[in-house]
Amino acid sequence: MRVTCTVNGTTRTADDVWEGESLLYVLRERLGLPGSKNACEQGECGSCTVYLDGTAVCACLVAAGQAAGRDVRTVEGLAPEGELDPVQQAFLQTGAVQCGFCTPGLIVSVHDLLARVPHPSDPEIREALAGNLCRCTGYEKIMDAVRLAAGSPTEAGTR
Amino acid sequence: MDFMTPSTWADALAIRADRPDALPIAGGTDVMVEMNFHRRRPGVLLDLTRIGDLTTWAMDGELLRIGAGVSYTRIIEELGDRLPGLAMAARTVGSPQIRNRGTLGGNLGSASPAGDGHPPLLAAGAQVELASVRGTRLVPIDGFFTGPKRSVLAPDELIAAVWVRPADGPEQFSKIGTRNAMVIAVSSFSLALHPGRREVGTGIGSAAPTPRRATEAELFAAGQLPWDTLAGLAPDVARRFGELVAAAAAPIDDVRGTAAYRRHALAVLAQRTLTWAWRDLCG
Ligand SMILES: Cc1cc2nc3c(=O)[nH]c(=O)nc-3n(C[C@H](O)[C@H](O)[C@H](O)COP(=O)(O)OP(=O)(O)OC[C@H]3O[C@@H](n4cnc5c(N)ncnc54)[C@H](O)[C@@H]3O)c2cc1C
Ligand code: FES
Ligand code: FES
Repeated sequence: MRVTCTVNGTTRTADDVWEGESLLYVLRERLGLPGSKNACEQGECGSCTVYLDGTAVCACLVAAGQAAGRDVRTVEGLAPEGELDPVQQAFLQTGAVQCGFCTPGLIVSVHDLLARVPHPSDPEIREALAGNLCRCTGYEKIMDAVRLAAGSPTEAGTR
Repeated sequence: MDFMTPSTWADALAIRADRPDALPIAGGTDVMVEMNFHRRRPGVLLDLTRIGDLTTWAMDGELLRIGAGVSYTRIIEELGDRLPGLAMAARTVGSPQIRNRGTLGGNLGSASPAGDGHPPLLAAGAQVELASVRGTRLVPIDGFFTGPKRSVLAPDELIAAVWVRPADGPEQFSKIGTRNAMVIAVSSFSLALHPGRREVGTGIGSAAPTPRRATEAELFAAGQLPWDTLAGLAPDVARRFGELVAAAAAPIDDVRGTAAYRRHALAVLAQRTLTWAWRDLCG
């Protein structure tokens, strides 16, 4: 089937989409947007997190046809070409990236958190990121990144 | 495989009647896992996410009617004051991404003994509205589940909504798992106090082939709680309540826990939730 949706502000069409395919597969394999990662395909790791009509979801659990006509925003679309979103900048600045596989999903989740709760407490950050797994960093640098992006640099680096 | 996207409820019911090989999909948080892992290959994926009615809730007389497509996130944000027990359970489901997408109707459709939406609906005495081209029927929630991942839902039916009375007293939900987030319950328990009627509602999760009530425990607590004096909860009443809840379960050993552990955990959850709820009531 053919699926047309808005991705990062542009109308995109994918052809020959299998009816049982996920939005994640469409993004990565058909639309050439490999930013969203595929690790578990079962909603556990959050590495595929994207916005669907402004709501953070696991793209691996959205059927391609469910995204038709909807607005999808991926990690590639958070900042204009050649620029970084403040959340991306904060991850770089605090060294919250090691292998980087979890990073795109975390960036979108943190972006979503800060849009809803501009100054989250540590428990709020942990709760918001419960669905994003990182096997490298031990999460402390990620916490620092969120605090930095939230504009609470005094807390950054403290435990 | 076909992908069908009805935009009205009538169309959805017609497709469901015509195509016995159709698998409804709402939030997809159960269905897509099965698709991704090749466990399921339906003839049709019947997408319910474009049916506006399914994602609304409203008061109808004294009851709340919650559309099957309302997500956990919305239950927490929009219904937390009216259904605190269900909202507590919703907060423990998966992660924000799962709660944004997963629905109450999908939880009922999967009918897992571990589904977190079920115990609070049991405790609150909810009813499930099922619809087909043949008509609509209301099924009391304690008659909905028939076995592990099985329910009375007929092959041509869809879940339209859940009907439930807003809380008329304290409600509690508690769940045991290996960590605080992203866990399937080892066992769970929900409690509702109805001081006006002097009744107690219960719901057990993950400790029997289906979610179920602990009827004897309900009657015991209703008879023993000091409704008149609102005196403190007697420790032996709390303990006996826990024992009766544990006795109502029929747990198994599995990867998440042993039957003995589940029973023990349930007794503890039941005592705790009764203690918390009674304290809430006495202010
Ligand atoms: C990572 C992860 C964590 C999870 N954690 C939890 C948890 O903590 N607690 C918990 O209870 N669950 C959990 N789940 C399971 C799942 O999120 C819930 O069962 C959720 O409620 C399913 O809703 P859905 O809308 O996504 O259902 P879907 O996947 O769309 O559908 C589920 C089933 O219901 C049927 N169905 C859906 N809507 C209808 C309808 N209106 N009428 C008839 N049938 C229908 C479908 O055909 C399917 O059989 C988790 C899942 C994942 C992937
Ligand atoms: S790939 Fe989607 S959550 Fe892991
Ligand atoms: S940086 Fe490697 S998984 Fe997070």
